[in-house]
Amino acid sequence: MLYREAGDFSTSYTADNQTFPIKFDRYRYYFILVIAFLVIPFFINDYWANAILVPFLIYSIAAIGLNILTGYCGQVSLGTGGFMAVGAYSFYKLMTAFPEISIMLHVLLSGCVTAVVVTLFGLPSLRIKGFYLAVATLAAQFFLVWMFNKVPWFYNYSMTGMIGSPERTVLGIVVTGPHTDAWAQYFVCLIFVTLCAVMARNLTRGSVGRKWMAIRDMDIAAEIIGVNPLKAKLSAFAVSGFFIGIAGALYFGVFLGAVEVTEAFGIEKSFMVLFMIIIGGLGSIFGSFAGAAFMVLLPVFLKNVFVGGLGWPTDLAAHLNFVIAGGLIIMFLILEPHGLAQLWRVAKEKLRLWPFPH
Amino acid sequence: MNNVSQGDFVTSDGRSIGSALMEMQNITLKFGGVVALENISFDILEGEVRAIIGPNGAGKSSMLNVISGFYVPQEGQVLYRGSLRPTMKPFQVATHGIARTFQNIALFEGMSVLDNVMTGRITKMKSGIFSQMIWKGRAEREENENREVVEKIIDFLEIQAIRKTPVSRLPYGLKKRVELARALAAEPSLLLLDEPMAGMNVEEKEDMSRFILDVNSEFGTTIALIEHDMSVVMDLSDRVVVMDYGKKIGDGTPDEIRNNQAVIDAYLGVSHD
Amino acid sequence: MPDKVLFAMEVMLNGLMAGVLYSLVALGFVLIFKASGIFNYAQGVMALFAALTLVGIKDGQIPFAHLINAIFGTNIHHFGWHLPAFVAIIFTAIVMIGFAWLVQRFIFRHLVNQEPIILFMATIGLAYFLEGVGDLMWGSDIKKLDVGIPKGMNETIELLTYNRFGYGFFIDNLDIFASFLAVILVLVLVGFSQYTKQGRALRAVADDHQAALSVGISLGYIWVLVWSIAGFVALVAGIVWGAKSGVQFSLSLIALKALPVLMLGGFTSIPGAIVGGLIIGVGEKLFEFLVGPMIGGATENWFAYVLALLFLVFRPQGLFGERIIERV
Repeated sequence: MLYREAGDFSTSYTADNQTFPIKFDRYRYYFILVIAFLVIPFFINDYWANAILVPFLIYSIAAIGLNILTGYCGQVSLGTGGFMAVGAYSFYKLMTAFPEISIMLHVLLSGCVTAVVVTLFGLPSLRIKGFYLAVATLAAQFFLVWMFNKVPWFYNYSMTGMIGSPERTVLGIVVTGPHTDAWAQYFVCLIFVTLCAVMARNLTRGSVGRKWMAIRDMDIAAEIIGVNPLKAKLSAFAVSGFFIGIAGALYFGVFLGAVEVTEAFGIEKSFMVLFMIIIGGLGSIFGSFAGAAFMVLLPVFLKNVFVGGLGWPTDLAAHLNFVIAGGLIIMFLILEPHGLAQLWRVAKEKLRLWPFPH
Repeated sequence: MNNVSQGDFVTSDGRSIGSALMEMQNITLKFGGVVALENISFDILEGEVRAIIGPNGAGKSSMLNVISGFYVPQEGQVLYRGSLRPTMKPFQVATHGIARTFQNIALFEGMSVLDNVMTGRITKMKSGIFSQMIWKGRAEREENENREVVEKIIDFLEIQAIRKTPVSRLPYGLKKRVELARALAAEPSLLLLDEPMAGMNVEEKEDMSRFILDVNSEFGTTIALIEHDMSVVMDLSDRVVVMDYGKKIGDGTPDEIRNNQAVIDAYLGVSHD
Repeated sequence: MPDKVLFAMEVMLNGLMAGVLYSLVALGFVLIFKASGIFNYAQGVMALFAALTLVGIKDGQIPFAHLINAIFGTNIHHFGWHLPAFVAIIFTAIVMIGFAWLVQRFIFRHLVNQEPIILFMATIGLAYFLEGVGDLMWGSDIKKLDVGIPKGMNETIELLTYNRFGYGFFIDNLDIFASFLAVILVLVLVGFSQYTKQGRALRAVADDHQAALSVGISLGYIWVLVWSIAGFVALVAGIVWGAKSGVQFSLSLIALKALPVLMLGGFTSIPGAIVGGLIIGVGEKLFEFLVGPMIGGATENWFAYVLALLFLVFRPQGLFGERIIERV
């Protein structure tokens, strides 16, 4: 009785094309926005910010980025960790070189730098496809991590080789560095998430998105109907890099505050984000969020239940994490290759008919 | 829509067909040692329905690929509206007014019917990435304008009810229709159809034939089609090219072809010495 | 002969040995890919798991001891036996066959008509899953693996080269043994593939699933066979690498190293896996030796990938791979 479309017609293409054509969906979306922007900042504490919300928001951005490249455009990438590192180190260099300029701008610029780098590493995609491309992105992953480790200019010649985020403010509020309030961290990430999600949504519903999906589904046919494969693929790499770079910058600057590159941006990161988009749903913005939420919450859940609840040693919980994550990947691929997003869509379809069975 | 001022050919039902839209001159196409097409020449007049027929393996699909620019012949040239067509990358051919359908359906299985047909408009949609990121304003306007064109085609081919369905769920006959819609969306001057009737029953064939004829008469689109069903060919086409073993063995109206000894031999399988 | 050249020769020889080991892992990939179109990312973790199981069986560890202790509050760790290496290897091989059967039955049977990328991601999931299971079963601490392979510097070679060049090459016995093992393994596999009924069936399946089915070959059986062989190859790789540097997580990263080998050699070629492995092995070590010191060292982390990447740009199918022809 709640979830109805009756009487809810679109009378224009604009209306038909909107993100949430069903009124109920739209109101739910506004409601979530209100909670996110106006309620949570007042109730958030350090634990919730650091363990759950901030990583969730940041990984959502990375997942959207990878989803655009892999889910929408079909170019498999295992270099997400390395690309996030590019974002982080660009942010660091910009922050330290131009301290007067707002970090909000620096984050965007880091995204742009990453977009360029990722596009460069995407050039082989014109000749190489599928697995071969995935392995080629591994070249990017390993090379970038090595580079940030070995070339001292990137970490401003510090002794430790680590980079640390200096304290910066936006509109007088501290947002980076050790004295940041939980709500400030959260809010900065929230702003970028909203921005990125809107941009991604717009891109994927227009002709750019269709070009990407055409390349993914049948690149030869796409070419024949007029898609320039070079431009389409590189644009996917660029946009993806932009988002992943922003995620990397926020991951270092706002979330962790200090990183050691091999630990923070190693290949496990690449797999983690890939798992997010598989579990969440390839080719779906909502799926990127769902997958990110899942992968962030899983270890927290396991830790709370097994270590906190049953008193098991932490390494057991960590191993279980692997087992469950791996097992779920397989399960999703067998049962629902379109991930949580598809499960959600199916649930909504059922809801539209409820309480009728058909 | 088509220029009949230089009409030098009148069809059996009295329509005046225009000048040559495309001319193949001495096309030879080889794949390594295999000669797919040998010294083939024929033309396609503007506004006509031209059938390309022949036994299996005659090289018809290769010919279509040469016309569409996907294959570059080793010898010979292709003229478009009287001037030599330069060698182009496949994606550039689409901007020159040629659209095609495929023998084995080449739809984008991850998208809906509407999105698939909208991809046909890709060459007409110019707004760049940055305007699309913002969406409101230029990108949205362009999307709506092109949507209107696409909806007209969807109406024309009677697929309104399935416009939001993912194409992977459609039955074969409807997929073929969606592919035709996608080709039409590009507003081509030349439409290449690769076995549009393959795998259809009598009713579906009648529907598809009706659509093809409507496209030709209402939009004036020149059509070149490969087809095996002789009755379809005789009914639909204005002129026919017959191929066998990579060579042209007949060229004329359906009636002329029907009585051509070489064609009869090819179809009945008389051995070649 | 000048010192630098001698060093370089020694480096090259060691590179060849390393290359042989890469080839070993790459072989496992090629086998599975040829027969089922699946690119088995889990091959490296399979090697790790095989090594862990071997040590566990040999030293009488109780599987899942850690977990059992946590659930039931017990404190058990060992059965108390020590098996001879040979026996333990046999048991481990049986375990790997069982694993192959499980993988086929529960995972890949359900993914039969899926796109390659889905299959690939399934093997990534499998890799994580297996790693977690391996750790839960046997614990994640580093283990020593000793199955009686001769170790340490080979004195004969050292003496020979010293007499000839005035500088004794340091070539580890273990590496020599591994090379022999790999050569034997390759010969056995090639022989199996070419001369036995099963091998023929395998090649048939690799060529065309439908056709193979139509002549009565059971796909399921073939795939269990393939995964078992891959498991066996993983076991050999696990033993060799494990003896070399201990049984630990980093073993699974060897799989990642095998990827550039495959890119170079082509995914479907057994000789390609060998040649690719050797090229990468030698190339890596030489590059690090010659160029490494100038740019900070540790170039082995990425050199193989960049080399393979550059190679692929010019020859997308690798050295021996099949030309990819796309038709509409």
